[in-house]
Amino acid sequence: MDAREFQFVFYGLLTVWLVITVYVITLARRERHLRQELDRVKRMIEKS
Amino acid sequence: MRQNILYLLAAAVVGLLIWNMNTIAGLPAQVENVGAYKIIYFHVPAALAAFTGFYVALFSSLIYLKTGNLKYDAFAAAVTEVGLAFATANILSGMIWGRFAWGIWWTWDARLTSMLVCLLMYYGYVMMRQAIVDPSQRARLSAVLSILGSAGVAFVYQSIAWYRTQHPSPVLGFRGGGGMSPGLEPPIYWNYLVFLCLGAILASVRMRQGEFATEIDSLRRQAHSH
Repeated sequence: MDAREFQFVFYGLLTVWLVITVYVITLARRERHLRQELDRVKRMIEKS
Repeated sequence: MRQNILYLLAAAVVGLLIWNMNTIAGLPAQVENVGAYKIIYFHVPAALAAFTGFYVALFSSLIYLKTGNLKYDAFAAAVTEVGLAFATANILSGMIWGRFAWGIWWTWDARLTSMLVCLLMYYGYVMMRQAIVDPSQRARLSAVLSILGSAGVAFVYQSIAWYRTQHPSPVLGFRGGGGMSPGLEPPIYWNYLVFLCLGAILASVRMRQGEFATEIDSLRRQAHSH
């Protein structure tokens, strides 16, 4: 495999895993936001 | 229990991926003068995993339309979102391969365009769900869009057989292609399995988030009623 070919294969694989990683990060951020919101609403109910 | 299954699946993903990457690295660098062909080991499994997700979502949506149980709608939404991630990975890796093989990033042929339309349709599905507040209305419209989207998926799947364009015709054995030398095809299926396991983990996490959102909604309603 020459250097140019290797470069394209590398970028191809990198792109696939980058997309999946971005999605995983999005999921993690959403989860953290939801947990915070859940705690906030629970505290609000307890106070009332 | 659910947590343990997810850990087991994650271990399977890591183990299978390392083993399969090792196999792929040992394969010949060029096959029948096709350069950079090893992208196929992620490009095709990503497409197959995405299509599997979209069809699982279709069946779940149909069950929702029959039963009215919102759990099936939540499952369909989770699986569609994960499928969308794989479909995006598929189209982007295909563009990189196209740049190497054809010298261009994109061409408006039937195969690529139909995949893009399909992708946009499912992005529309995700955006529509965020725009509709009423859960029943959201679930009903999502189910309809999932049915329409699945027709698009069937078209994309068949488009590589129907149209003769720049995108290669089917090469996999089960599609009657027979265009790959012996030993080159199995790593594609192993990576498909890796993506399926990974997709199951991600869909499960997404489902749990749906449960959180439902709990938050019910607690808010409870707070307002007091």
